[in-house]
Amino acid sequence: MEKIYVKNKNKCKLVKAKPETIQFLLNYSKSLKITEADGIKFETNMN
Amino acid sequence: MELQIADSLLIKKYVDGDERALETLINRHNKRLSSFIYSKINDRGITEDIFQDTFIKVIRTLKRGRYNEEGKFLPWIMRIAHNLIIDHFRRNRRMPLFEGTNTFDIFSVICDEKLNIEKQLIKNQIDSDLVVLIEELPVDQKDVLMMRIYKDLSFREISENTGVSINTALGRMRYALINLRKIIEEHNIVLTN
Repeated sequence: MEKIYVKNKNKCKLVKAKPETIQFLLNYSKSLKITEADGIKFETNMN
Repeated sequence: MELQIADSLLIKKYVDGDERALETLINRHNKRLSSFIYSKINDRGITEDIFQDTFIKVIRTLKRGRYNEEGKFLPWIMRIAHNLIIDHFRRNRRMPLFEGTNTFDIFSVICDEKLNIEKQLIKNQIDSDLVVLIEELPVDQKDVLMMRIYKDLSFREISENTGVSINTALGRMRYALINLRKIIEEHNIVLTN
């Protein structure tokens, strides 16, 4: 009888952004520089 | 007991150039923000994308010095995510994306109207067979049929072109079809697609 039961793994995981996404954001933040000239702000992304 | 630095202090540190403060902020609100996005989107991939876009906006605003500590950090990022979710649904309404499931395939309902290669070959064969059969018809019937089917003329135009009345043209068309069927039956020709 027990054979007809399937062991269902609990597939429910808490949603969380992947470490790669976080790493990407941190790298993006490090590479982003804001420079100001004559009151205008410029974004530079140094990869 | 773990001492938690307030968001406002972390933001200040980050604006002053401490990149680690951002990491703490992201990790602190990761679960909350991701769950919020996922509760509206129900797709892990898109949740990641919106999470990423939210923090890109956060980073840009903070680095540009536009953030003012009027409200709290979490409600602010939630608002950004909320707006991005709305943008996502707006985009999707213009260009809806449908993904089938294991039990239902969208292509079982929607199909390409163009014939596939096999059907196109069969159709070409039938068309060429039909041309041979039409040649067997009497000239007056053949002319009417050709004008009607291949040149797409109306019966009025056919009557003007052939100099016969519309009724005669109609009659010739009728006999052309009857005779064609007769020829097909007599020779046991199968013309089906």
